[in-house]
Amino acid sequence: MQHVSPIREPLVTGGKTYHDITEDVCRQVEAKPNARWAAALAVALVGLAIFLYSTYRTLWYGIGEWGLNKTVGWAWDITNFVWWVGIGHAGTLISAILLLFRQKWRTSINRAAEAMTIFAVICAAMFPVLHMGRPWLAYWVLPLPNTFGSLWVNFNSPLLWDVFAISTYFSVSLVFWYIGLIPDFATIRDRATGPIARRAYSILSMGWTGSAKAWSRHETVSLILAGLCTPLVLSVHTIVSMDFATSVIPGWHTTIFPPYFVAGAIFSGFAMVLTLMIITRKTFKLEDYITLEHVESMNKVIILTGSIVGVAYITEFFIAWYSGVEYEQYAFINRATGPYWWAYWSMMTCNVITPQLFWFRSIRRSLTATFIISIFVNIGMWFERFVIIVTSLHRDFLPSSWAMFSPTIIDIGVYVGTIGLFFTLFLLFAKFFPVINMFEVKAILKSSSEVKHHPNDAMHGTNKDSHTNTHP
Amino acid sequence: MTKKFVLGIYDDEDVLLQAIENVRAAGTKIYEVFSPYPIHGIDDVLGVKRSRLPIVAFFCGLFGMSFALWMQIWMLGFDWPMIIGGKPHIALPAFIPVTFELTVLCSAFGMVITFFIVTKLKPSFKVNVFDKRSTDDKYVMAIEVKEGVTDISALNNLLRSNGAIEVNEKEVIK
Repeated sequence: MQHVSPIREPLVTGGKTYHDITEDVCRQVEAKPNARWAAALAVALVGLAIFLYSTYRTLWYGIGEWGLNKTVGWAWDITNFVWWVGIGHAGTLISAILLLFRQKWRTSINRAAEAMTIFAVICAAMFPVLHMGRPWLAYWVLPLPNTFGSLWVNFNSPLLWDVFAISTYFSVSLVFWYIGLIPDFATIRDRATGPIARRAYSILSMGWTGSAKAWSRHETVSLILAGLCTPLVLSVHTIVSMDFATSVIPGWHTTIFPPYFVAGAIFSGFAMVLTLMIITRKTFKLEDYITLEHVESMNKVIILTGSIVGVAYITEFFIAWYSGVEYEQYAFINRATGPYWWAYWSMMTCNVITPQLFWFRSIRRSLTATFIISIFVNIGMWFERFVIIVTSLHRDFLPSSWAMFSPTIIDIGVYVGTIGLFFTLFLLFAKFFPVINMFEVKAILKSSSEVKHHPNDAMHGTNKDSHTNTHP
Repeated sequence: MTKKFVLGIYDDEDVLLQAIENVRAAGTKIYEVFSPYPIHGIDDVLGVKRSRLPIVAFFCGLFGMSFALWMQIWMLGFDWPMIIGGKPHIALPAFIPVTFELTVLCSAFGMVITFFIVTKLKPSFKVNVFDKRSTDDKYVMAIEVKEGVTDISALNNLLRSNGAIEVNEKEVIK
C-alpha cells in the first residue's frame, strides 16, 4: 500500500465502485453497436476499399504506378512507413516505460494505446513490403540458405536490421497486449449471456481464474515484458533512423538521427493517442476514466518531445553550416528555401510552434484545443519525414539528375487506404475488446479515485493512508 | 473427480488480507484465493512464493543472444564470406542490432510460453470458476473440504467472523 498525496488529482472520477468499472467498460462490448460506431466503421471500410484497390494496382502493374523516379527512389512509401512506426511508439511508451516509472495515469489509456501500436505497425509494414515490388518473394529478407536463390542476407545493412526490429517489435507488443487482455476477457466471459460470446471469450481468456498465484506470475511477466519493451521501442526507431543515417546522402548522414527520431516518434504517437482518446471517451462515455488529468499529462509529454524535436531541427541546421561541407549546407538551405519550402515550413509550424501552446494550462486542459493541436502534430510529423526523405534526394550531386517528386493517385490511395485499414481495425477492437484495462483501473481505484460516499471506509480502517486523497 | 469447497466471499481487499492471516493462524489450509485484480501484499500473507519466471526470461534471452551471434558469424564469416563495404567478414558492431532484437524476442516468447504452461492457461470452452463474481468485484477464498475431517459449520463461523459477506459450498470437478 502506498501513500498518495492529497494534492494529486483523482484518476477515476464519479465515485465509481469496482462493479461500475466492469459495467462501464463491458457495456459497449455487450450492447448492440450504436449508430455512430456503425457510421464510423462505414467510412473506415471505404478507406479499406481504397487501400485494397491501390494495393491491387501496385501489385498488378508494379511500382511504376507510384510517382517515384530515378532521382527520388524513396518518397511517400517510406514517409508513410516511418510515420506509422513512429505513431506506434506511444503505445509501448505508455504501457512499458510508464509502468516502470509507476505512473498510474497510464492504466486507463494503455489498452487502447497498445492496440494503436499494433495496428500502426501493421499499416507501417505494408509499405516496405509493397515497395519490394514482388512481395511474394518477401521471405528473401529472412536468413535462408543459398538454394533459395540468394546468398545469405547482409547483416551489415540497416534495412535488414529493420526486418528484425519491426518483426520483433510487432510480435512482442502483440504478446504484451494479449497478456494484459486475458484477465479482462475472463471478466467478459463470466458476464456473457449468449453462447457465442461465452465460447469466444472462453477461448480468448484461456481459462483465466484470477487465483493469487496466477496474479503473482502475471505481474512478474508484465514487469519483465515492460523491461524488455523499453529498450526495444528505443531500438526500433533508432534502427529506422539508421536506414538514413548510415547512408552518405547529405541531410541523412548525421549522428543526431537516432535520438531525434525516437523523440519524434513519441511526439507523433502521443498526438495520435490524444486524437483517438478524445473521440473514444466521448463515443463510449468514458469521461470518468479518461479525465482532463490524463489529457494534461499526455500534453506535457507532447511539450517535452516537441521541444526536443524543435531543438533537433535547429541543431541539424547549425551543424550543416558549421561542418563546412558545401553539399550538406546546400541540402539544408534547399530544404528551407528550395522548391519544397512549403513542406519544410509546414513541418516547422506544426511541430515546433503549435505544441508550445501547451505551456498554457488552459490550453492543456481544453479538449477542443488539444484535439486540433494533435491533428496539427500528426500532419507536421508526416511532413517531417517527407522533408527528410524527398528534399535530401531530389537534388543530388549531379544537377543534371535533379528532379521533383509528385505523387500519383495510387500513392495517395495507398496512404489514405492505410488510414482506413487502421481505423477499421481500431473500431473493431473498440467494439469487441475492453478498451480500458479493467483490472489495472480496479487495482488503482482505492488509492486514486475520487471517493464520494464511502461511510464504511473508516470501519475497515486497516489502511487509512490509502484514503487520504478523499476529496471533500 | 469432484472436490467440495467452502467459499468465503469478501468485498474489501483489506478485510480479505486480514481474514487470510487469521484463517491461516487458525490452522486452516487455504486452497486458493481469487480476486478481480492483483492485490498488493497478498503474496506474503498467503505464502505465495516469488515467481521464478525472470530466471526463465534471462536464460531464454541468453540463448537468443548466443544464437544470433553464432548465426551471423557463421553465415558471413565462415559459410559464405564476402567483403561488404571493405569491412571485415565478422563485423561485430554491425551485428549488434540483430543480436539485440533476437535476445528480446527469445526472452519474451520463452517467458510467456513458460507462463502459459505453468499457469495452465490454454484455449478451452471449459472454465472452472468458483464464483463468477471473482472476475468482477468480489474476492473469493476457497477452502477444500475433506470428508469426515473438516467441520463445515466451524469453518463457516470462522469465515463470517473474519468479515466474509457470504459463505457458500461448491463442488468442482477437478
